[in-house]
Amino acid sequence: MKIQPSNSLTLGEFLKHSGRAADGIISGANGCVGFKEIVEGTCFQDNSVSFCGRSVLLATPDQLTTALALVKLDGLANRVVLCPHDTDPQHFKSIISDAQIDTVVCGENFSDVASLGLPIGRAHSTVDSQNPVPIGRRRTEWVLLSSGTTGSPKLVLHDLASLISPIMQTTKAVNSVVWATFYDIRRYGGLQIFLRAIVGRCSMILSHAGEAVGAHLARLKQHGVTYVSGTPSHWRRVLMSGAANTISPVYVRLSGEIVDQNILDALHATYPGAAISHAYASTEAGVGFNVIDGKEGFPATLIDGHDPNADVVMKVEDGSLRIRSKRTASRYLGDDQPSLMSPDGFVDTGDLVDLRGDRYYFIGRRGSVINVGGLKVHPEEVEMVINKHPAVQKSLVRGRRNPITGALVVADILPKQRAQLSNLNNNPELLAEDILNRCRAVLPKHKVPAKVRFVSQLDVSATGKLVRDHE
Amino acid sequence: MTTRSTILLTIQKIGAAYGRDIASLDDDVVLVDSGLDSLCFAVVVAHLEDELGLDPLSSVARFPVTIGDFIKLYENSAKQ
Repeated sequence: MKIQPSNSLTLGEFLKHSGRAADGIISGANGCVGFKEIVEGTCFQDNSVSFCGRSVLLATPDQLTTALALVKLDGLANRVVLCPHDTDPQHFKSIISDAQIDTVVCGENFSDVASLGLPIGRAHSTVDSQNPVPIGRRRTEWVLLSSGTTGSPKLVLHDLASLISPIMQTTKAVNSVVWATFYDIRRYGGLQIFLRAIVGRCSMILSHAGEAVGAHLARLKQHGVTYVSGTPSHWRRVLMSGAANTISPVYVRLSGEIVDQNILDALHATYPGAAISHAYASTEAGVGFNVIDGKEGFPATLIDGHDPNADVVMKVEDGSLRIRSKRTASRYLGDDQPSLMSPDGFVDTGDLVDLRGDRYYFIGRRGSVINVGGLKVHPEEVEMVINKHPAVQKSLVRGRRNPITGALVVADILPKQRAQLSNLNNNPELLAEDILNRCRAVLPKHKVPAKVRFVSQLDVSATGKLVRDHE
Repeated sequence: MTTRSTILLTIQKIGAAYGRDIASLDDDVVLVDSGLDSLCFAVVVAHLEDELGLDPLSSVARFPVTIGDFIKLYENSAKQ
């Protein structure tokens, strides 16, 4: 068993050793649990399933249950895989195989996991103080899901040390801090905020899928939220709700997408007293840096003036940002996975940057990955669906800039020759709708093309691959 | 077709395609309460860029809150 170094605490220990443990809470849309209750009780339904040394698929429906389970599983389980609520159950089998999962934790409804043939532990969004689970000392592996080209998620391996590395140096326990994020805490961006709350022993107000903006903001106000994080898309929605001034944050944080000057200025105008920062982070590379000067892009000194022994070392090679730090993930799980970093330890983020004057600006992504409101889309997985349509010869899926979600998915489609066509193909509008309906049936909605265009040819390179331009 | 009617028709069309219940689109309806989520709203904006040749949200100083604000933003942009 791998034991934590003495200076490294587990999540439960952070809460247990906190002098303020009794004060803090974690709050979801349907409930709220105090740190003291979390430490002393359990969210698990019974003791019949042991998590000690197990590799656990954590597939709970709501974030509060996830949070409560995580505090207990860290230090106890060998490995925990965090599944966001929208994880397609058809991917569970490959996740279980790749992560060598032997136990599942779910909520009240376990129909999606019942057929997996593994012990199932059921967790609640409440805590039972009569049935305590001890706090472990094991160095638990944390696995986050990242989008893959085939539609199956890639499994990105972290541990608590890599995940909280950016936090230890920057977060002081401040009594007045109450954290909230519009993210799901089962994704890297949201998890960072959850961990900031736990490590800093601050209360945390969770988001809830499908909750109306006004109701969400009212909940944040009720709990006196002071530090709030979200993607630029989340924040645009807040600004367009007419209820942005329901909250009065002193710290506003953006991450997950390219941040433009427009959203920074609009947030500054709405929350003139708040410090507004934008962070660069990815599931694989971890948190790179935080920009606090109110401008888009980031100072070139972060690259050019770096100390090679600093915690985070960054460089730009072939136009893309590369990061080496203790915050990066260690590897992908599963057979035949590519290496996550170069031999010298740099993770290629795939994010392309351009130096203009004394600042770098993000200009898009290499490899044509599309970032729709913080959710990554690989064109290939959308093309696979489109290309199955009997009237389609070939398709090219690409990103298109958008002022609301940063980018949208659009498709150029080369139909089959007229001779091979059904009547449908003589009506482009009907054909487009038919193709989109097939996409809607099998893809999450952010992966469904927002627009399709029929073209008479698609460029193919000398190696027979589609020529992909990025905007 | 006027800018207003193009916008309202596009919202209805995209809302229907994404299975959203679209509210009555009066000028004082708040955009985020209209039934469009962020993604649908983004798709509406992309369609309007193609149909009207306008993309005022890319450089907007104040984000629109109501349907009326949204329509006015496009109408003012069309005049420039």
